[in-house]
Amino acid sequence: MALLDLSDVTVSIGVLTPLDRIAFSIEAGEIVGVVGESGSGKSLTAMAVMGLLPLIGGRITSGAVRFADVELNRLPERDYRALRGRRIALISQNPMTSLDPIRRVGEQIDQVSMMHLGLGAERARLRSVDMMRQLRIPEADVVHGNYPHQLSGGMKQRIVIAMALAADPELIVADEPTTALDVTIQAQIIQIMVEMARRKNVALMLITHDMGVVAQACDRVVVLYAGRVAETGSVERIFAAPRHPYTKSLIGCIPVEGLPPGGLKGIDGVVPGVANYPTGCRFHPRCSLAQDRCKIEAPLLRALEEGAAACHLAGDPP
Amino acid sequence: MALFLIRRLLLLIPVFLAVSLVIFMIIRFVPGDPIDNLLQIGSTEEQKTAMIAAYGLDRALPVQYAIWLGKMLQGDLGEAIILRQPVSTLIAQNLPHSLILGSLALAFSTLVGIATGALAASFKDGWLDRLVMTLILLGSTLPSFWLGLLMILLFAVQLGWFPVSGARSWSALVLPVLTIGIGGVALVARVTRAAMIEIARKDFVTMLHAKGVPPLQIQLGHVLRHALLPVVTILSLRIGWVLGGAVTIEYVFARPGLGSLLITSLNQRDYPVVQGCLLMLAIAVILGTLIGDIVQAAMDPRLRETLR
Ligand SMILES: Nc1ncnc2c1ncn2[C@@H]1O[C@H](COP(=O)(O)OP(=O)(O)O)[C@@H](O)[C@H]1O
Ligand code: SF4
Ligand SMILES: [Mg+2]
Repeated sequence: MALLDLSDVTVSIGVLTPLDRIAFSIEAGEIVGVVGESGSGKSLTAMAVMGLLPLIGGRITSGAVRFADVELNRLPERDYRALRGRRIALISQNPMTSLDPIRRVGEQIDQVSMMHLGLGAERARLRSVDMMRQLRIPEADVVHGNYPHQLSGGMKQRIVIAMALAADPELIVADEPTTALDVTIQAQIIQIMVEMARRKNVALMLITHDMGVVAQACDRVVVLYAGRVAETGSVERIFAAPRHPYTKSLIGCIPVEGLPPGGLKGIDGVVPGVANYPTGCRFHPRCSLAQDRCKIEAPLLRALEEGAAACHLAGDPP
Repeated sequence: MALFLIRRLLLLIPVFLAVSLVIFMIIRFVPGDPIDNLLQIGSTEEQKTAMIAAYGLDRALPVQYAIWLGKMLQGDLGEAIILRQPVSTLIAQNLPHSLILGSLALAFSTLVGIATGALAASFKDGWLDRLVMTLILLGSTLPSFWLGLLMILLFAVQLGWFPVSGARSWSALVLPVLTIGIGGVALVARVTRAAMIEIARKDFVTMLHAKGVPPLQIQLGHVLRHALLPVVTILSLRIGWVLGGAVTIEYVFARPGLGSLLITSLNQRDYPVVQGCLLMLAIAVILGTLIGDIVQAAMDPRLRETLR
């Protein structure tokens, strides 16, 4: 049984329906990349898994999110809260704003193990410092007493990672963990996260808009476009034989040495917003292979020999 | 922090000098003359000149200011012209009344204001929030002297629960404290609510939810703590206001205090007393902002950094 399984999860915020029948799963210890341009629905998918949609006035209107043997979307808030930070943790997009600016960073890590593992203050501190060392934070015991503004972006993100790992979770949802960071340390942070996930056998839902990161870090990929799943599959298969035209264009976007980023085959246009999702296949206005039926008929997500794709042409050989 | 304190204290000196100069000047440009108040009907011109000389009012303004400042620094605020007592004695008699009234009113508006604001923010857009917002609107638009009169009519005259005026018992404090405090409650509640709602939208709060922290703990332990920063700012501005803003209220309730003393002596153009009272109020304002700055620096590590 998968550790996390989303089956046809539809999310509404007011009258809008930004996510439509999202379906994918993550096995224990697996690293799954969730990719798509900005506005594809990656963050909302993360919020749906964390059960935090109510914070932005959203809710799951149909479908199910299962975690191990628990049906999360039916779980009373109390029980969900006991799970958050304990079995499922979040690493958010912007380390600059994810830490409470008037509390010492160490305290913010301690909080997790004190709350979920019932540790006393001193044992929680030792545990946090140890975790910080594993994340290669120099002078961890000093940094433990620092405030967020005294640390660099990369250090802050390591603190957020330490916070996520503090109670030994089974799944970490990382929403573009390096987007806000300096390019030079992005790879380093991804590497640390992957290393920790492998060592502790934590499953990682790694949200990114960078296919390079996927190639570097992931076992499998979920490609989202305009609130729907476009394609899922193993990293090898997706890179060797992408079946959805959108996936193909994304792969064309991987920066290649000697060429500017996106310089190979950038996709024209942008992802449409929720309020104007196109009819039929939502990718059709930007798809070079679009046919008449694509404008009317939405393609279903169909299983391939490996993974699945939602394109009328995906049944044909690539 | 120590360096910050020293710098902040040194900064008080020019501020204090400027304020004292302004106070000294204002009073000279207000029309009217205390000597006229003092002279018996039918006094001669010579008697008047002698009296003016006795109070030093014939000297050049800069000289008068220098003398006043010099004496003031030794704690001598001069003699009241009409009341014929040392100004420092008058202030010492009246200040405690104002301090008690002011600090109780401030404490009342702080505690009730923060609690109301936090409740409203936690139930944002619910009926409780709407009720609180309506009361806040009322509380901040009603003039306090009018509110005071209304409360006297209801609680003192009609119901007879509290004395109408004076300062003889603790119960005489209730109505004035409420009158001054209600405007403050409205202000503090409004700022607390707005700040909490704004902060609740920040990323780090989402992160706290993601860590599994119970909502009440997030509201009280994290969000409210941030919201208190702007609250401290307005409270520190209000410390001086409460001491001086009690002016009309002390008058309405016929209580002794700095405000009553100021109004009485202002009517009689009793310069030294007016100067002394204004000076006390100015010092209260200056100390208020100082305390506010220190409290904020203690609460916010980012601020301590920039102040270094
Ligand atoms: N709180 C919200 N209210 C309404 N629409 C939203 C909200 N948050 C996101 N959306 C919309 O949902 C879509 C997906 O957003 P998001 O999940 O943030 O995308 P991504 O993280 O992939 O950039 C976008 O069209 C976005 O405008
Ligand atoms: S369904 Fe049509 S428009 Fe959509 S991706 Fe496939 S070919 Fe392109
Ligand atoms: Mg996002």
